[in-house]
Amino acid sequence: MLNIPSWQRLFILVFCLGGLYLAFPNLFYSTVEKHNDAVIMVERGQVAANDVSEEINSWPSWMPSNLVNLGLDLRGGAHLLAEVQLAEVYAGRIDAWWPRIRDELRKNRNIVGSIRRQQSPPDQLHVRIENADAMEQAIGMVDELASPIVNISGIGTKDIEVSGRADILIIELSEEEKSATDNRTMEQSLEIIRRRVDEVGTREPIIQRQGNNRIIIQVPGIGSATELKELIGTTAKLTFHHVIRTSPSQSGYNAGLEVSYPSIENPNLFYILDRTAVVSGDELTDAQPDFDENGRPAVSFRFNPAGARKFGDYTAENIGLPFAIVLDEEVVSAPVIRSHIPGGSGIITGRFTVQESTNLAVLLRAGALPAEMTFLEERTVGPDLGQDSIDAGKIACIIALVAVMIFMALSYGLFGIFANIALTVNLFLIFGVLSALGATLTLPGIAGIVLTIGMAVDANVLVFERIREELRSSRGPSRAIELGYEKALSAIIDANLTTLIVALILFTLGSGPVRGFSVTLGIGILTSVFTAIFVTRLMVIIWFSKYRPKELKV
Amino acid sequence: MRLKLVPAETNWDFFKYTKYTLWGSIGSMTLSVLLLFVVGLNFGIDFQGGTVIRTQSKEAVDIGEYRGSVSGLGLGDISITEVFDPTFDEDQNVALVRIKVQSGDEAVTKETLELVQEALRGIDADMQFPLVESVGPKVSGELIQKAMLAVLAAIFSVLVYIWFRFEWQFSLGAVAALVHDVILTLGIFSIFQIKFDLAIIAALLTIVGYSLNDTVVVFDRVRENLRKFKKKKLLDVMNLSINDTLSRTVMTSVTTLLALITLIIFGGDVIRGFVFAMTWGVIVGTYSSVFIAGFVLVKLGVKRDWTKTEDVEATQFKSKNR
Repeated sequence: MLNIPSWQRLFILVFCLGGLYLAFPNLFYSTVEKHNDAVIMVERGQVAANDVSEEINSWPSWMPSNLVNLGLDLRGGAHLLAEVQLAEVYAGRIDAWWPRIRDELRKNRNIVGSIRRQQSPPDQLHVRIENADAMEQAIGMVDELASPIVNISGIGTKDIEVSGRADILIIELSEEEKSATDNRTMEQSLEIIRRRVDEVGTREPIIQRQGNNRIIIQVPGIGSATELKELIGTTAKLTFHHVIRTSPSQSGYNAGLEVSYPSIENPNLFYILDRTAVVSGDELTDAQPDFDENGRPAVSFRFNPAGARKFGDYTAENIGLPFAIVLDEEVVSAPVIRSHIPGGSGIITGRFTVQESTNLAVLLRAGALPAEMTFLEERTVGPDLGQDSIDAGKIACIIALVAVMIFMALSYGLFGIFANIALTVNLFLIFGVLSALGATLTLPGIAGIVLTIGMAVDANVLVFERIREELRSSRGPSRAIELGYEKALSAIIDANLTTLIVALILFTLGSGPVRGFSVTLGIGILTSVFTAIFVTRLMVIIWFSKYRPKELKV
Repeated sequence: MRLKLVPAETNWDFFKYTKYTLWGSIGSMTLSVLLLFVVGLNFGIDFQGGTVIRTQSKEAVDIGEYRGSVSGLGLGDISITEVFDPTFDEDQNVALVRIKVQSGDEAVTKETLELVQEALRGIDADMQFPLVESVGPKVSGELIQKAMLAVLAAIFSVLVYIWFRFEWQFSLGAVAALVHDVILTLGIFSIFQIKFDLAIIAALLTIVGYSLNDTVVVFDRVRENLRKFKKKKLLDVMNLSINDTLSRTVMTSVTTLLALITLIIFGGDVIRGFVFAMTWGVIVGTYSSVFIAGFVLVKLGVKRDWTKTEDVEATQFKSKNR
């Protein structure tokens, strides 16, 4: 035990220096942070390298530049937990089936008789057929339209389920199709939120799916959760509808086929529109803030080829009629089509401010959210409070460190000083590992580090106490040191493994700040065991083999 | 010359006053459970849902005035508490305004939030809101479940681990100590009505870890001494092991408490509850690893043939030498 092979010595040394090296940038946090931001901006092509050369040169490029991420509670920013209303999408999907089903049934009018769409729950399509006796055949016809879903579990299932009740034909999405739709909705929502948050250009936002229908969004540096909600919570669903008539009240329309949306400009005006949209925002390729011929803020847009064709065909057929531009279930405007619009581009005018038209263009460009979101949890931390917490944490860390060090030195003398050096190395290692992993430091995480300072000496204390005991049973110094390490090992391992288990459980079940705490606690345990078993021992052994004291004072 | 908190060699009888320690523990545990049922915990919004707004103003906080400004908003019962902290600046006056869950699954709506902030700005136009947290009732219900699951999972996995590494008697002893610590911590949170939120659960689990650390060190020594002194009574072996490890137990508790107390004083008010829980946990954890875990182990007894494997090794060693 008293002899550590030189390769091990080298390994210990390299490991410690590595930790030091990786932790080093954190001592110059703001400089390195500015440097990193500048580098990223140049990489993205947002600024020219010359414009930010000062920031880039402020930190040498050969130095490591990984920093410990600061959690929202330290940096300030907003956190949201959103729930995506998945079922909303079913309505749109099932509605899109109506034209096909209508055409198919009409083709077979001689069998099913006349048909009429009925009001129904949003995720179903109800069609009344005149010939109730032909229900079986009608079901068969619609079923023909369904396409099979190919996946491992769902062999033989189709994307819609058709059933009949008396003279009502009921069409809804199958469970498999629903879950496939759910996944698509979530992917899409994540992607769109990511794009919208990126447009604002903040540093390292976290956008994660959680469970079946939830999304966690954390954006450092943003002013408030309300601001964030406005950015990502707006559905920005743009559709173009055929106008049937206008009405002074919201009621009095055929809910099966039509919808009634209020005008954005005039609260007493309602548009009765075709339920099925002619074209939708999904088919936009671009949207830009613009001005109309009267110099009012507007948004110009351009469709992809498929959208442009539908738009062109519709405008050609409906010259002289109004065409409703609907944004999030409100009619922005309903201009009269003056001529065929072939190019697939147009302009939305309404009572926008310049800011609103800019925002709308951003939202349209990023795409519409496929479904609405409700926010289950939100947290805003102001940047000053975060800074206060960091300062408080720093002070607490330093004072705790000094107090523990003095106490250790008083209790164990030279060996205590060895333990203190190991403790310092330990702190660097924690920060080094945190930086290398890109882990996030939270306020409870700082508490975890301070706690580690207190507990890290435990392994050393175990060994030192054991050495003392061995000395008392009148062993020679070298034998006492040897036995001290040997016998304390099982206690050290068992005691720390159990704590590590707890840290792991916290990590799996916790979230946010608590998770940050579990990370620092876990890393702290590993590094403190390493420093106690290897670093302190190396120091003790080097010292011992140099001086060979006859008597050991621990 | 050296600082020694515990004499180098002690031979104290830790089970002399078992009557008092045991009944003391049982008494305070019962009291804690009673408190939990009668008074309950002061659940934070993490577990109860609702909204907390932290206000910061240059002018002194007048709770009556604050209450007056927001009471007419029709948001139900609003609680307002002033926060004091030694780390605050002279003109830093902080209060917490807590609003109950309004309706639906959602966290606070933008309108409600603006309403309250507007009303408070009527007192001081420069008032700042450095922290706004809101949890909807749906999430808070899930968080409670998750938290309870975490504590139970921690205790259970520890039970299993110690069972494998030692024996089932040790395992029960350790878990008895953990349950003791957790219940007493809940009790003190109930007495002082300290806000009980997610971070406190993390603290509870850390206490579990710490208390265990202590217990395992003692048990490890018991295992060793059982091998060494085959004829000694378990109670005496227990006492001896506790005495052997006493110096370490005290040292580690002191260094940990040093760090935690620093954090209580200088760490700011945001995590004070969290750190307080841990400090309390270290104290009861140290106590319980001696008086609860040890006692349970002594009462349960333990099989004494720890030496079996070692004997085999020893004979092999001898035969080799021959």
